[in-house]
Amino acid sequence: MDYVATVRDFVVANFLFGDGELLKEDTSFMEKGVVDSTGMLELIMFLEETYNIKIEDDELVPENLDSLQNISRFVSRRIG
Amino acid sequence: MCGIAGIYNLNGPTGVSLSAIERMITALHHRGPDETGVYIDDRVGLGNARLSIIDLSSGTQPIHNEDETMWIVYNGETFNYPELKQDLLRRGHRFYTTSDTEVILHLYEEEGAECLRQLNGQFAFAIWDVTKSELFLARDRVGIRPVHYTVCDNTLIFASEIKSIFMNESVHRELDPIAIDQIFTFWTTLAPRTAFKDIYELPPGHHLTARGDRIVVKRYWEIPFRPRAEQSNLSVREVCDEIQELLRDAVRIRLRADVPVGCYLSGGLDSSGIAAIIARNFDSDLTTFGIRFEEDRFDEGEHQKKMVSFLGVDHSEIRATNDRIGAAFPDTLWHCEKPLLRTAPVPLFMLSKLVHENGFKVVLTGEGADEVFGGYNIFREAKVRRFWAKYPQSQRRAGLVGQLYPYIFKDPRLKRTLGPFFAKGLDKTDDPIFSHLIRWENTSRLKTFFSQELKAAIGQYCGYEQVRRSLPDAYEKWDILSKAQYLEMTIFLSNYLLSSQGDRVAMAHSVEIRVPYLDFRVIDFAGRVPAKWRILGMREKHILKRSFQGILPESITGRPKHPYRAPIKQSLLNQKTAEYTEEMLSRQSLEKTGLFDVNKVAGLLQKIRKLDNPSELDNMALAGILSCELIYHQFVDDFRTRLDFPICPDLVIDRRSEALKHLN
Repeated sequence: MDYVATVRDFVVANFLFGDGELLKEDTSFMEKGVVDSTGMLELIMFLEETYNIKIEDDELVPENLDSLQNISRFVSRRIG
Repeated sequence: MCGIAGIYNLNGPTGVSLSAIERMITALHHRGPDETGVYIDDRVGLGNARLSIIDLSSGTQPIHNEDETMWIVYNGETFNYPELKQDLLRRGHRFYTTSDTEVILHLYEEEGAECLRQLNGQFAFAIWDVTKSELFLARDRVGIRPVHYTVCDNTLIFASEIKSIFMNESVHRELDPIAIDQIFTFWTTLAPRTAFKDIYELPPGHHLTARGDRIVVKRYWEIPFRPRAEQSNLSVREVCDEIQELLRDAVRIRLRADVPVGCYLSGGLDSSGIAAIIARNFDSDLTTFGIRFEEDRFDEGEHQKKMVSFLGVDHSEIRATNDRIGAAFPDTLWHCEKPLLRTAPVPLFMLSKLVHENGFKVVLTGEGADEVFGGYNIFREAKVRRFWAKYPQSQRRAGLVGQLYPYIFKDPRLKRTLGPFFAKGLDKTDDPIFSHLIRWENTSRLKTFFSQELKAAIGQYCGYEQVRRSLPDAYEKWDILSKAQYLEMTIFLSNYLLSSQGDRVAMAHSVEIRVPYLDFRVIDFAGRVPAKWRILGMREKHILKRSFQGILPESITGRPKHPYRAPIKQSLLNQKTAEYTEEMLSRQSLEKTGLFDVNKVAGLLQKIRKLDNPSELDNMALAGILSCELIYHQFVDDFRTRLDFPICPDLVIDRRSEALKHLN
């Protein structure tokens, strides 16, 4: 299942204030400054609440969270 | 103390309007409610609105020299004036007042611009030399007192505050897009720019000379950091002893006044130290003033109480409730004269009102300690990041960054995730502005809210380039802590803190602040202290804390730094203030000013309304956008240059020729 659309909507509404034109599936949040430090917390909470998962400490890494693609893959792995 | 204003004709003695000077000083009434004075001749007009602090009975300005060939209007205090006066008396000068203002004039007579090096104080003044037909403007070393100017219709117009300059209808009022870009990067404008096009501030440590049709601005002082080789080699003990001595003397001379002097007390190390020095050495009957907040995370009441009982001072406080902060935001902006990314100046604006109501005109405050002694996290962070850059993969090193920000990283999970976030720019350790890049880059994300028009007007301007170009030649030889402190002092301290949280909000209620940590002898000495003593390991302001050991309770010196902040969303979007804020940020309103993207701001409001604790950046966006709109309305759109009442200065010295007297 593809989680990109849902996460994209959240990111665009909350961090880009509606302007998602430049946000591609593989855009790095860190590199492009899409999300700041508190934004990261908001994103993590959103994922946990939306998908009913708990993200462990050692899963809090860029490979899992740093782009729409990465998040989608990570969530897929976690909930199948 | 005081507001000054004036007009100088660049193209000769063609006459000056008396009513223009009168209107300009009326706009400065809050700075000088006690008396007003004007000097006017065919080429220049000088105006003063006075807050009488030294020489209450005879110090009316403008003040002249022995043969009335020189006139001065002066805002500020020169604390070593008695010593300077002794010397001038010996050289044969005669005085007709007991003010410090007159001392400066005679010193200028003797030494011209060189006199500035001898002044230990805070000042902005103008001297008119009738014989040479020359106007001299000067500002203190770090910008404690303000002075602004513009050139319009062949005249140089200057004043303590921009609203005074704007009382001249011919002066064009427009927000400067580059200034907005700077504020949304550096939290403030970069001198000499102000928020308004073609209105300049005389940078700190500079003077201006106008003669004929030429205007020359020159620097007379630079923050004296030293390369490692020239740093002091005293022991830590000796350094602390010297600092204690210097601070005691800095406080002693700043208590010189013919009116009572109080002290701000926040419960933090800096203001506690000043209060302790006063109470123990000079005034056991000290009155202090502090701020209380509704929410625990902003409030420092517990520590204020500790200090109050420790020193036995007479303490008064204001309750800066969220409602009151929001309600006072527009008035605060009127005084700050520039958009703000924070509401922090507002409680200070409210506090000065309490001071005024209690009959005080002067307070000492702890501003400057962080910048001079290395108190901000940004300094420690610069150190840590450099350390980390050696082994970027090291988790342990990355963990140190988390230790720097316990109040942001309360969630331990964040520390891990943010490794790469802070790693950004690790490779730029050679960039001269390395220490501040993360903060500025982060703040710059706010520019996403700029409208297309604003972005187009800003074009390719790059604030970082401007900062890099403005660095002194010696900068590259300094250690990284000195570099970071330099940036913090010149940009954050001078252009934001001393102005928006200092002079402007205090003067709004006719209160003068005095800042012992910025005594130039203290700055000079601290600049020589080796970096390793300024921040020992992770302990910021190590030297200052050690200097206060035994003078302050351990609970104060050992306290982790509590950065002074005020609530933003809770103040601007609560039950009482939400309607007003949302109207200012409505589509129609935003479309009219054209500065911000209407849809994105709507998105921001939608997001912020739902969150109890919006992120730092969202809060800064709210404050920044709202304050731009308010500044636009107050200064560009709705500004009134006409007054409804006649003005009668207490003193008018009219030396105009008959023909030009009718020029009103």
